[in-house]
Amino acid sequence: MTLKKNILALRQKKAIVEKGGGDKAIEKQVAMGKMTARDRILALLDVDSFHEYDLFVEHEERNFGMDDKVLAGDGVITGTGTIKGAPICIYAQDFTVMGGSLGLKHARKITKIMDHALRMKVPCIGINDSGGARIQEGIGALAGYGEIFYRNTMASGVIPQISVILGPCAGGAVYSPALTDFVFVVENISKMFITGPNVIETVLGEKISQEDLGGARVHAEITGNAHFYALSEMECLEQIKELVSLIPHSNQEKAAKIEPKEPNFPKNIENIIPADPKQPYDVRDVILALSDDSKFLEVQELWAANIVIGFGRMNGETVGFVANQPMYLAGVLDCDASDKAARFIRYCDAFNIPIITLEDMPGYLPGVDQEHAGVIRHGAKMLYAYSEATVPKITVILRKAYGGGYIAMNSRHLGADFMFAWPGAEIAVMGPEGAANIIFRKEIMEAEDEDAMRQQKVQEYIEKFANPFVAASKGYIDAVIEPMETRELLLHALEVSKNKDDYRPAKKHGVPPF
Amino acid sequence: MQTEKPEYVDFAVTARKYKTLLTKKYQNRKPWVNPSPYEIQSIIPGTILEVFVKEGDIVKEGAPLLILEAMKMQNRIEMPFTARIKKINVEVGVRIPKELLMIELEAVDIEE
Repeated sequence: MTLKKNILALRQKKAIVEKGGGDKAIEKQVAMGKMTARDRILALLDVDSFHEYDLFVEHEERNFGMDDKVLAGDGVITGTGTIKGAPICIYAQDFTVMGGSLGLKHARKITKIMDHALRMKVPCIGINDSGGARIQEGIGALAGYGEIFYRNTMASGVIPQISVILGPCAGGAVYSPALTDFVFVVENISKMFITGPNVIETVLGEKISQEDLGGARVHAEITGNAHFYALSEMECLEQIKELVSLIPHSNQEKAAKIEPKEPNFPKNIENIIPADPKQPYDVRDVILALSDDSKFLEVQELWAANIVIGFGRMNGETVGFVANQPMYLAGVLDCDASDKAARFIRYCDAFNIPIITLEDMPGYLPGVDQEHAGVIRHGAKMLYAYSEATVPKITVILRKAYGGGYIAMNSRHLGADFMFAWPGAEIAVMGPEGAANIIFRKEIMEAEDEDAMRQQKVQEYIEKFANPFVAASKGYIDAVIEPMETRELLLHALEVSKNKDDYRPAKKHGVPPF
Repeated sequence: MQTEKPEYVDFAVTARKYKTLLTKKYQNRKPWVNPSPYEIQSIIPGTILEVFVKEGDIVKEGAPLLILEAMKMQNRIEMPFTARIKKINVEVGVRIPKELLMIELEAVDIEE
């Protein structure tokens, strides 16, 4: 009979702790339009798959009146479960328990589940909803953050790390998400900043709302800190499920293969791109016309929209797409676009995901702001990332490939395995107008009708040089192909690259232009 | 992907103009202006603690102009070269933003 009694006592004890901050605090959380930490976990994971650990962990702080404070689970829920059958580790900060503030034990619960994820080689998902460091714990809270950052770094490139910002995430807390692979934000709910509006107003006199300073949209569009942006928590959780189903669960595996499906994009691939290189189009249409089932999960859709990155499948297997987007800023490379693509390329390389590059790019963005913002340093990241990557690397030049951008966009010279070009591709050191102006400067200046001569020379240049055949004649392009053949060739190229073995000189690590 | 046709604008990259959309960040960028040596701007937001000069003064290179407290640090702003103080746009106790024109200078003949 005592066992039965003990079981009942356990159930009672669990029920109390599982309530987190209690009914009143939960009511407040819901009134803010937020789900509770536990509900979030349950909504994200497969039904009945969640198992919690460290439910009874308690803080040990004795100062500032903390000695008689009981904090359920020390403000964080940790455990394991599955998403679409795939095992994962997860933690969710519970805002109803002292504002989800991070104390040492709270942090140690997180680091414990992170250590587990790293040992077991499964993805780690962190749901952030916390007022920040638990000030009463002082240095203990700082130690906690530091121990989390250290593990984020150790796990980087080994297991996928996903951060979900479903509430405030301020001060030191922001750096764990920043170190992870993917950050999810939700409109009106996510707030991320180093120093909040109050501090900024006190110190600098600048008035700004939390939303305008570090809301979801700001991080999705302006800072680039967020990778996925949703309008509701439920939409956000669906995005996470989709991502988890597309990526490998450690650097020792490939992503799960699914039944391949032919694309079903309504537009003929030949008709997507205008022949006039000055006319824009949406390069995502080309991706949809090439990818299995015409599906594409775009990453960082709103930030640096002049380059498109994301995951799709080819023959049932995950690939990463990197594509210039002529619809925005003519598809130029700039500081942000280089940053965005470089990190994605490194992610794909770390996790055995082949990279398909679709190129239509007029060059680097000219301007004082770009030069002074360090476009040299940022642009170099992309060269580094492509050169360093050992996964299969395939490029299709759709239209323009000029100058330094041609080199940067996974050219043969940086180690591309396959280089294809559509027949209308213009591969040249610069745009025909610029090149003609320089090469034929004398002829143009001496001509009676300068404009007519310029036009004639530009045309000459286009015919002679701004085409794929010069590069093909040197073997820099492996094949000039018809748009309709592209998918078949990509599938073949991926197939024959399956056992790619590419070694790099032994080193501790490189020194990329961070 | 998009349903209605967006409003494309001309966008020059080298010698060619492309039809495209502009990002918010690009639209909001500040055009670069050559800073004038006769304009002393704040390089950090803060509070003016002290002003040592007044309009019309001829001040020698290296002499203190004002103290700008920022990030709990008292920054001494010095005269970049010998010149006359044309206009002072700040006063003690005022909180100022970054890149505010604090003091305007004008050239003086060395003999003066």
